[in-house]
Amino acid sequence: MTLIYKHRLFWPLVALAALLLACTIKRPDILGITVLDGHLFGAPIDILRNSAPLLLVSLGMTLVIATRGIDLSVGATVAIAGAVALTFIASSDHPASVGTALGAIIVALGLCFILGCFNGMLVANFGIQPIIATLILMTAGRGVAMLITNGQITTVASAPFSTLASGFLLGLPVAAIIAYGVYLVVALLVRRTALGMLLEAVGINPEASRLAGVKSKTLVFTVYALCALLSGLAGLIFAANTMAADANNAGLFIELDAILAVVIGGTSLAGGKFNLSGTLVGVLIITTLSLTVTVLGISPLVTSLFKAIVVIAVTLMMSTRLRTMLAGLRERRRFQEASA
Amino acid sequence: MSTATATIAKSASRKLSLDRRYLPVLGTIIVFLLMLVIGGVRYENFLSPAVISNLFINNAHLIVLATGMTFVILTGGIDLSVGAVLALSSVITATLLQAGVPLILVLPIALLAGSIIGLGMGVMIQYFDVQPFVATLAGMFLARGLCFIFAPESVPIRDEGFIAITNWGLSTGRWRITAAVVIALIVVACAWWILHRTRFGRTVYAVGGGESSATLMGLRVARTKVTVYVISGTCASLGGILFAMFSRSGYALTGVGMELDAIAAVVIGGTLLVGGMGFVLGSVVGVMVLGLIQTIITFEGTLSSWWTKIVIGVLLLIFVILQRILSLRRT
Repeated sequence: MTLIYKHRLFWPLVALAALLLACTIKRPDILGITVLDGHLFGAPIDILRNSAPLLLVSLGMTLVIATRGIDLSVGATVAIAGAVALTFIASSDHPASVGTALGAIIVALGLCFILGCFNGMLVANFGIQPIIATLILMTAGRGVAMLITNGQITTVASAPFSTLASGFLLGLPVAAIIAYGVYLVVALLVRRTALGMLLEAVGINPEASRLAGVKSKTLVFTVYALCALLSGLAGLIFAANTMAADANNAGLFIELDAILAVVIGGTSLAGGKFNLSGTLVGVLIITTLSLTVTVLGISPLVTSLFKAIVVIAVTLMMSTRLRTMLAGLRERRRFQEASA
Repeated sequence: MSTATATIAKSASRKLSLDRRYLPVLGTIIVFLLMLVIGGVRYENFLSPAVISNLFINNAHLIVLATGMTFVILTGGIDLSVGAVLALSSVITATLLQAGVPLILVLPIALLAGSIIGLGMGVMIQYFDVQPFVATLAGMFLARGLCFIFAPESVPIRDEGFIAITNWGLSTGRWRITAAVVIALIVVACAWWILHRTRFGRTVYAVGGGESSATLMGLRVARTKVTVYVISGTCASLGGILFAMFSRSGYALTGVGMELDAIAAVVIGGTLLVGGMGFVLGSVVGVMVLGLIQTIITFEGTLSSWWTKIVIGVLLLIFVILQRILSLRRT
């Protein structure tokens, strides 16, 4: 029992269960899944699909944070990816062809990779603090996205491209398959090879790990490039969902949600330790939160208040200070009972 | 002759190395002056009293935000909540005034809202070991959510006393100064005095320079670290009142992303994000540089508004790399 209680994912999972419970009390049938035209439908499937972009961004963010970094520019990267892809499709001769969609995806991801390399260069090679290095792209990035779309909200119609967000494969949403597939691949890559340990080593002490023969600069550089690439993919899913490139609002505050998801999942911002399954739980909590708010009939504008409460509760419950305080209280009570 | 030059060069270099702390701020001032000159050469009426006065009038709230942010960043922390707290205090001011609460009560309540949020974040950071980034992020969500609870729509301010303060201003010729600017400048003067003339101010620099050494020296680190967040929260809610004066309304969506402007202003003003080095006056110049970018882009006319963001980003890049080179040479 104490083993379960002490597990680092205990409180996040309690939060997730509480949110789902609140939904079920209000609408008992909400967690049901129905089959329609061979596709699965229902709230759990919606959560899976809606969590896809955030999961991709949070995945990259977890690896960045593991190296004691942070990437504030992911929201801007999301906007740029959408802007580039849709502008590419809008300016092509055959917007509805599969080739155009593929071209758009490749061009957008390529540009995002370059942006990630820029971040990686600032952090790994120039030794600039990650928070400020990525603040540069965060500020300038939305300007660049506006520049690409010329300040307009570009809308296009391209069936192959919109499959990214609204398509189904084997009954499951394509967006979810992409995001969770990438998650599995990355998780296997870092946890079944030494890569994850090397990342943690860099996060604990970059200099010591360099002296021990870890290529810390290359690792840090790669992590930022990968994070931007994943954000770009998330941006494509966002853009395919609305088929409109809104440079101002696409991916707005996603960097904050992603950092929250990572922190709720028990990864410390101080670096050196990361927990990919925790990040997944964090992402699910944040996505479920919006569903709960809608189901409970609370104005969506107040969502941020609930987010604040969840974050404060989870971070406080996970803080060692509060745990020792509570443990001390329990000890004292037991002592009093014994003496009485 | 050559020895004389050598001595002069030596003493000059010593003087330079003494002044190295001021180098980033000097760089910011040079950029500011260069932008003024470029603007003055390119556009007619650019160097007019009206433009310079407006620079202060339009950015009074940001000056106050950046001042509070400077305290937090000097201790090595960060405060992401300032934009949302600014919105919260402007919404509180507007709703309470609309409800007929007297002005003399409304202003302290609005100010206190920011102080309390700051206190909460400071306690989370200091006593529960929550990262400043996460704690202030929670504060940001909390303040933004509260805004919508108070008033989901924009609330106009029609209170006569408030409008009287708003309309108050001094003007000599084309120079103009409003109540908001006066308040902002008083805040900056107070902040300068606190940072450079009080024991608390020295402690702020000491905490940023090295927290464990400050603790070992017997300084009140915990109290200082909580207080800087209270100061930043109070400055943010004061900024909200100034913004309410500027827009004569309270709206839950004001100040989205303003925390980034404040952080950018502090960084451009030469304060190191690791803490321990920087000046509040530098942050004021940083705000002026941001404001001037906006003004130049308005004067240019053909440039679209998104160029502001790109220019600020490029400027940040240049400053950060310069700071990096400076700190590399120091070690």
